[in-house]
Amino acid sequence: MNKSINISTDQLINYLLHLADNSLIMGHRNSEWCGHGPILEQDIAISNIALDLIGQARNFYQYAAIPIKQSTNQPINLTTEDSLAYLRDTREYKNCLLVEQPNGDWAQTILKQFFFSTYQYYLYQQLQNNADDQLKAIAAKALKEVTYHVRWSSEWVIRLGDGTDESKKRLLRAFDELWMFTGELFEPASYELNMSTDFILMKEEWNKKVCSVFEEATIDVPVEKKWHQSGGKTGNHSEHLGLLLAEMQFMQRAYPNSEW
Amino acid sequence: MEKNLETVFQDKVDQEIKIEPKDWMPEKYRQTLIRQISQHAHSEIVGMLPEGNWITRAPSLRRKAILIAKVQDEAGHGLYLYSAAETLGISRDEMYDQLHTGKAKYSSIFNYPTLTWADIGAIGWLVDGAAILNQIPLCRTSFGPYARAMVRVCKEESFHQRQGFELLLTLSKGTEAQKQMCQDAIDRWWWPSLMMFGPNDDASPHTAQSMKWKIKRFSNDELRQKFIDMIAEQVKVLNMRLPDANLKWNEERKHYDFGKINWEEFWQVVGGNGPCNKQRLDARKKAWADGAWVREAATAYAKKKASLNPSKGGTSETV
Ligand SMILES: [Fe+2]
Ligand SMILES: [Fe+2]
Repeated sequence: MNKSINISTDQLINYLLHLADNSLIMGHRNSEWCGHGPILEQDIAISNIALDLIGQARNFYQYAAIPIKQSTNQPINLTTEDSLAYLRDTREYKNCLLVEQPNGDWAQTILKQFFFSTYQYYLYQQLQNNADDQLKAIAAKALKEVTYHVRWSSEWVIRLGDGTDESKKRLLRAFDELWMFTGELFEPASYELNMSTDFILMKEEWNKKVCSVFEEATIDVPVEKKWHQSGGKTGNHSEHLGLLLAEMQFMQRAYPNSEW
Repeated sequence: MEKNLETVFQDKVDQEIKIEPKDWMPEKYRQTLIRQISQHAHSEIVGMLPEGNWITRAPSLRRKAILIAKVQDEAGHGLYLYSAAETLGISRDEMYDQLHTGKAKYSSIFNYPTLTWADIGAIGWLVDGAAILNQIPLCRTSFGPYARAMVRVCKEESFHQRQGFELLLTLSKGTEAQKQMCQDAIDRWWWPSLMMFGPNDDASPHTAQSMKWKIKRFSNDELRQKFIDMIAEQVKVLNMRLPDANLKWNEERKHYDFGKINWEEFWQVVGGNGPCNKQRLDARKKAWADGAWVREAATAYAKKKASLNPSKGGTSETV
């Protein structure tokens, strides 16, 4: 590994887990729609996004497992993508609060996706130039997928905003539900520092994109000045995550030490 | 004149020339196909529910991804099939309406619950396995769009069956609890999967006409026997057993003999009294009702865009 800035192993591990957790939890939420979507084609589209995100999570977990194994002295270390996903509890999860929020209706799901994918887009754009080769490769591959997620979700934001009175009303309600979770995306946790990502630039780009899509969606919302919730990145989650994990981790908890 | 058209039609069928949507066809042929294809499409869509039930609880990330992809494939099958049926002059919305009102049926197998993770394997192995045997002959069915849709569907179904078998194989080599889970799932899915081939031939009224039209090529009992012969061998690899004391190789017939199927149960489930009939239909109706405002918004938006830019001609189909 060839890094220009010397970052500690701990920091790298936490950072990778954070990226993985974000993708996994978001993908898991998307997969809850599978079979219940409003339009068959969109059922397929959102499942596709779920698959992409779970794939990204696996790449990050697999990478994280390497330094975790190296940093423990036990002769046998059983860290795998699955032990990381299924055997950590709420306080150890490092995803941001936005992705663990319930799906709500289609408007809420779409807006959550749009906020998150746009964030991932600008983040991966920077990470694809990271000094860490592995991180760089995962980000570059994921960026192609996320580019599509941004397109799909922004088209839907526009369609709902500029569709009917009902869809606009629902989109505005979704905004009220979700906006308070967007600030955390750009508040770096300690493990995000020195990862050569420019948070100020990222936030600027994200804001610009969000405003331009909102404008096309003909919705007028106060994107500045509002109280923001944060804490997810350091394990201070909303109550939703515990329930999500209880469901997701059920099999691994009920039948430990089994191959699936 | 009518007679003449009918002769031309039957000649084509006899010569294995595909009937295309614009060709003349007997009204009963059209109606039978609409019923059969839409029922098949509904089965794909309703079939997403019992398996979707385990997506959020899949025990590993790899299995989770495989399961999402599988359920998504089934949605794709539904799409191809609805499109094939639409060429016969019925809209997808009309077909949904028939499903929701109970006028159209779907495969009864999906009215059974998925209780454990092993059920996902058993469905892949047995249910997709039975579906393949039913569907392979349909790749040569006389109606062109249906046959072409089935070619794509069959490729994916055989993949699903292999994945299901591999899931069970992993359980069969696992802990005691996993082995029990595996056997239990096979016990519960075996008989319902035999019923997927439909009633016995002497109780199957449409067979003769469908054979003549080549929308059916093998009888229910022939296909069922083929399935039993195949599964009776595969189950040995799993080191599991099929829940039928009468299952035995018959050297004379060169087939497996098997026990009596509980047709009373079959007709009860077809009639709406299976363990999950209400739940499945309610889930479909809820998804449709909850999505109404979304579809309206998409249509309204597409209309706005089309009126602003008529050359592009946006429709709700661009969604
Ligand atoms: Fe299928
Ligand atoms: Fe299938």
